[in-house]
Amino acid sequence: MLFAAIQWHSFFFLLFALLTCGFALAVVFSSNVVRMAFFLTISLGAAAGLFFLAGAEFVGAMQFMIYVGGTLVLLIFGVMLTAHERFISMKTRAGEWVLAAFLGGGLFLLLVRAALMVPQWNSPNLQRDQVAQSEVHDSAAIGAAVSAYRADGLPSSAAPAGTAASPGKSVYLLPFEIVSVHLLVVLIGAGYLARAKKRTSANAWQA
Amino acid sequence: MAEFINSRLISTLLGWFSIDALPPDHWLGFVLAALVHTVLVIHVVAVGALLFIWMERKVSGRIQDRLGPTRVGGKFGWLQTLADGLKLITKEDITPGNADSLLFKLAPYVSFAASFAGYLALPFSDGWVGHHVNCGIFFIIAIVGMEVFGVILAGYASGSKWSLFGGMREAAQVVSYEVPMGMCVLIPVVICGSMDLITIGQMQAGFFTNWIVFHDPFAFVVFWVYFTCATASVNRAPFDLAEAESELVAGFHTEYSGLRWSFFFMAEYGSMFLVSGLAAILFFGGWNGPIPIFGPDLLNLAYSDAEIASGTFRLGGYIANLAGCMNFIGKAVTGVTVMMWIRWTLPRLRIDQVMTTCLKYCVPLGAVCFVGVVGWQWAHLWSPNDLRPQQPRIAVRERGLFDLPAREASGMATRVELTDKAAWAGTVPVPAGETR
Amino acid sequence: MDLLTQPVSVSHYMVVGAMLFVCGVICMATKRNALGVLMGIELVLNGANLNFVAFGSRILRNDSLGMDGQLMALFVIVLAAAEAAVALAIALNFYNNHASIDVDQADDLKG
Repeated sequence: MLFAAIQWHSFFFLLFALLTCGFALAVVFSSNVVRMAFFLTISLGAAAGLFFLAGAEFVGAMQFMIYVGGTLVLLIFGVMLTAHERFISMKTRAGEWVLAAFLGGGLFLLLVRAALMVPQWNSPNLQRDQVAQSEVHDSAAIGAAVSAYRADGLPSSAAPAGTAASPGKSVYLLPFEIVSVHLLVVLIGAGYLARAKKRTSANAWQA
Repeated sequence: MAEFINSRLISTLLGWFSIDALPPDHWLGFVLAALVHTVLVIHVVAVGALLFIWMERKVSGRIQDRLGPTRVGGKFGWLQTLADGLKLITKEDITPGNADSLLFKLAPYVSFAASFAGYLALPFSDGWVGHHVNCGIFFIIAIVGMEVFGVILAGYASGSKWSLFGGMREAAQVVSYEVPMGMCVLIPVVICGSMDLITIGQMQAGFFTNWIVFHDPFAFVVFWVYFTCATASVNRAPFDLAEAESELVAGFHTEYSGLRWSFFFMAEYGSMFLVSGLAAILFFGGWNGPIPIFGPDLLNLAYSDAEIASGTFRLGGYIANLAGCMNFIGKAVTGVTVMMWIRWTLPRLRIDQVMTTCLKYCVPLGAVCFVGVVGWQWAHLWSPNDLRPQQPRIAVRERGLFDLPAREASGMATRVELTDKAAWAGTVPVPAGETR
Repeated sequence: MDLLTQPVSVSHYMVVGAMLFVCGVICMATKRNALGVLMGIELVLNGANLNFVAFGSRILRNDSLGMDGQLMALFVIVLAAAEAAVALAIALNFYNNHASIDVDQADDLKG
């Protein structure tokens, strides 16, 4: 079959979308927890590929680094530490599957209907080729948007930005600082929660 | 290249059989172009692994006062790796009974895929890169962090406790060393103002005094810290706890034999070349030689800015880029050789010594050097880079993907004012509505 | 074959995001292993992230959210990592105290 012209962007979108959804379904239907973690890795890696295709290269790289390289490694460590014989494969009862199918199926139909209903979201961006390289492949704009200025919002009018005449967009400095402190607190707390406790006789009795 | 294949090669071929020519955006041209590029890059990894394994055996032999392979392929035994590869392919395919067979079989491929995917963003010369990612260095560090997943899976899926211990140790080590490695990699990014590897390489054009390793003493120290962390993150001695032959049989790849084992080692040598290549680009000028032979002063063969922007092809420029590519590969191979040299000289570190090195030496050193480099730039102190600057760094950074006229036309802010030293000194006017 | 020859739009991304979200919800609802529930949470957050990035993408829509979409996705990723760390610590603590990772056995406070 000789197609007229394959849009390579769409081809790779389809490939990554099938990988993501397929392995997400594999996570749901698998009962072995280590395999679930592995399938989740592939699913999130393919989602990072989808981010790259949407032009968000920095977010895609961050997804690889933080999710796949960090969170999933943490998850795998947790799985290994609790991988006693009985806990690797725990099957769900059939009644729960039926209920989950109803709820999940209903939610999925609702979301897909909402996604396809709005015409502004349905129509592709036919001016895609005119998008300047600088607007898409610019990770410095993200750094600037966090700390200094918004490269995508400042109008070129004469009025100073941020006034009523030309409202600009704000930078994300405060959320960035909050998230930094939040991460520090969370990691100290998690480390404290998961510390190895001395086994006294009372603990040994309960365990 | 795809259009070239479609409109010239295939259409000429079809013309011999009197079939209609293909349109220039037909899918066949794209597939063939992608295949050519992929095969080129995979040769770097595969043939590189072949070469490195032979080189390792020769280097280790000489360090240990013996000869190494001397039989296969003449006096120097350079076909020894090929013979070993053939032997490994013909071995029996054993999967342990206790093993989780799906994960056991997939683990080597995950490791190799992670190592090979890093080559997507590694430039071999000016503009010679698989995919020009704007956050190139970030992408490569993220991908290199995925390799540990294959190791953990291999350790767990083998179903033996030695493999599990080896896998866990390696995972802890690699994940810990990502922190100082990220900090060390940040210093060239701070000096150059861009995460784009091609821009970082272009900024080091000219004499070797332009190289970032000579920018200030902190950058010099950071190179050594980076090299240590890179050696640790690819699990080379003295950090090779995971493969410790004397302690854990063979660590996470105990139960692997034959072609699966060789995939792990292709991944390891591929990663060694990758991090050495990164060191070359980030610190040692990448594809730029010590003297700009092809530059405008001497031979004047290299592409000029206007030619790069318009994408024309000139044989002299291609030869300049090819020489740059050979330069880059030479530097990366030197880095790999130094890693091999260290392996056969230093004794192995214990796991607590590995962690101490990371947390008590590499991380504080990296942090102090980061503050030092930022302070050096903020105070505008003299640096050897100012001796014979080839081109202003601002111009290089803005030249790449930043289409300034289009930005200004679409109303977006331009960044020159915020990053130029002169602007901070108040000599460049800031447009109305912009704050510093 | 419309998908291969026509450019993709935001609704395609939203469908993939919806699929991830629903898979995550089913995981959270049906898995008995506490770490399985955690994986469901990760899937949910990724589905939402995909939506954010799709709406913020200049390639997919002309009047996109711009940097807002990508920055929201960035913050979601960071917070998800933090929350996974805490959830894992809680799960490990539970395992250490009850010698089981089965969520059905976490009924000490049941009335």
